[in-house]
Amino acid sequence: MAELSLRGTHAKSSVWLEWTLVGLGILALLVAPFFVYPIFLMKMLCFALFACAFNLLLGYTGLLSFGHATFFGGAAYFSAYAVKVWGWPPEAGILLGVLGAALLGLVMGFFAIRRQGIYFAMITLALSQMFFFFCVQAPFTGGEDGIQGVPRGRLFGMLDLNVSMNIYYFVLAVFLIGVFAIWRIINSPFGMILRSIRENESRAISLGYSVANYKLAAFVMSATLAGLAGALKAIVFQFATLTDVTWQMSGEVILMTLLGGIGTMVGPIIGASLVVGLENTLATSNFPVTIATGLTFMVCVLVFRRGIVGEVYARFLGPRGDAKD
Amino acid sequence: MKCWVYDGAMTMIFGIPVQAFLGQLLVGLINGSFYAMLSLGLAVIFGLLRVINFAHGALYMLGAFIGYLLLTRFGIGYWPALILSPLIVGGFGVVVERLALSRLYDIDPLYGLLFTFGLALVLEGVFRYYYGVSGSPYSVPPLLSGGTNLGFMFLPNYRGWVVVASMIVCFGTWVLIEKTKLGSYLRAATENPRLVQAFGVNVPLLLTLTYGLGCALAGLAGVLAAPIYQVSPLMGSDLIIVVFAVVVVGGMGSILGAIVTGYMLGLAEGLTKVFYPEASNLVVFVIMAIVLLVRPAGLFGRDV
Repeated sequence: MAELSLRGTHAKSSVWLEWTLVGLGILALLVAPFFVYPIFLMKMLCFALFACAFNLLLGYTGLLSFGHATFFGGAAYFSAYAVKVWGWPPEAGILLGVLGAALLGLVMGFFAIRRQGIYFAMITLALSQMFFFFCVQAPFTGGEDGIQGVPRGRLFGMLDLNVSMNIYYFVLAVFLIGVFAIWRIINSPFGMILRSIRENESRAISLGYSVANYKLAAFVMSATLAGLAGALKAIVFQFATLTDVTWQMSGEVILMTLLGGIGTMVGPIIGASLVVGLENTLATSNFPVTIATGLTFMVCVLVFRRGIVGEVYARFLGPRGDAKD
Repeated sequence: MKCWVYDGAMTMIFGIPVQAFLGQLLVGLINGSFYAMLSLGLAVIFGLLRVINFAHGALYMLGAFIGYLLLTRFGIGYWPALILSPLIVGGFGVVVERLALSRLYDIDPLYGLLFTFGLALVLEGVFRYYYGVSGSPYSVPPLLSGGTNLGFMFLPNYRGWVVVASMIVCFGTWVLIEKTKLGSYLRAATENPRLVQAFGVNVPLLLTLTYGLGCALAGLAGVLAAPIYQVSPLMGSDLIIVVFAVVVVGGMGSILGAIVTGYMLGLAEGLTKVFYPEASNLVVFVIMAIVLLVRPAGLFGRDV
């Protein structure tokens, strides 16, 4: 997406400010379960990781996938099945879910990168709907009921995840590792090539990069990390259902990223927190969630396409290169 | 009274395979008619506006609901609804284009997709809030109730009408775009909007009318669909994703391509229902994947 820009043009003071804020954020997450309901926090963290993984693809490679629910929900199914039916320990179940999501990402990416722009979005949407129908019919997913009552078990045979604080810090650790991985990918030479593809694909091709391979690699990485978020969610909430593989879920992660700020590191986390918070609030009222989600989409696209974090950068933290709007 | 209207029921009335085969082929042709009408609208809108109208399914649902509401609230029957409902949906489209979409032309086309996605969610959410997820029946107009025995199969009149009507709509739109003066402006504006504007054609108005026309087509498809499928808030979102696959297969470069692909994939789906019913949901997507491997630009597409 053209208006996203390369970072690295900030003044030194704003870099310092960024790191202070990141430190404060981690500190807040460390003490949060003593003040806020941990289940809510864990839901937030799972979706935040999901949105960050999605942003790796949209924000840094410029590819809009409308099928990320496949990886999120697919991994949830694989993990839940391995843990519940085969009796695998949680870490092995999560690993299986992540590998499954990577494989799904490889297949979907292989087809989707053959077209660009909105065609890419439509292909991912169609393939993800195909996976949805597969999940409806496949025997292992439990159809409409899903897989319920997944035991949390003991992490590495030692840490009892049924204790609410244990599982919270486990989820937080996985979240931080996931986000760190994304940060490393983005700021590696590989990440720079991804950004060059986003900015000017023809130029990247003319420079000799095999753009298709880079796109596929980015797609698989994004799918893998989305899978990590989904697998984690299955263990935390002890179920995997069809909801997680619907196109609405794919739309939701787009909204989280768009609302927070496409192509920013923190944006998706803030976006995810807001959307999860909004849904929690609306769950107790009878105002339909889809209407709220749809309206947020329309408002975001019309009035602040840069998202919350993108706007903050644009207004307070100096220029972001070629950001135009 | 109208149990023969639903899919599958025909095969139970006639247990003979040949007729089951023809019955499923008819179902496929009906589905294909809707794929064709909707992908046609998407192609028309995309051709000029470069916007993928995600709300197309929701507008189809809106068309069906307006028909339903006209009947239940105002006692206005099927035939007037066939005119009124597309007009209302088209008018709605004009308002949306003026207020919102027209602001998004200069930026990445993905934002148009995201905006219309939001619009689709809102429309669906509103109708779900008031009417729930279960469908409401809309009876076949008296003129077209009953069926005709063609000798080799029993054809419900309404279904025959839908096939004929959709073909008229598709052909009419094709003529409008390929053979009329207005259509030539439209095609010229697709190629080079600035130049066309320089020649004194009001391009913004053309854009608005095109979006309105596309929406009206979706609304018309909705009214036609109401007596066949039930009128339900979810009827559009289930359909739109299949239509996207149709569009990927056909490529959006040509109007005729969108129409032909729509009917073809509908028939393919019908055939699959006969031979391997479990895969009938998936077949369109499988065909899409194969086409992407063999001809990435789509069967009729120009751009990759």
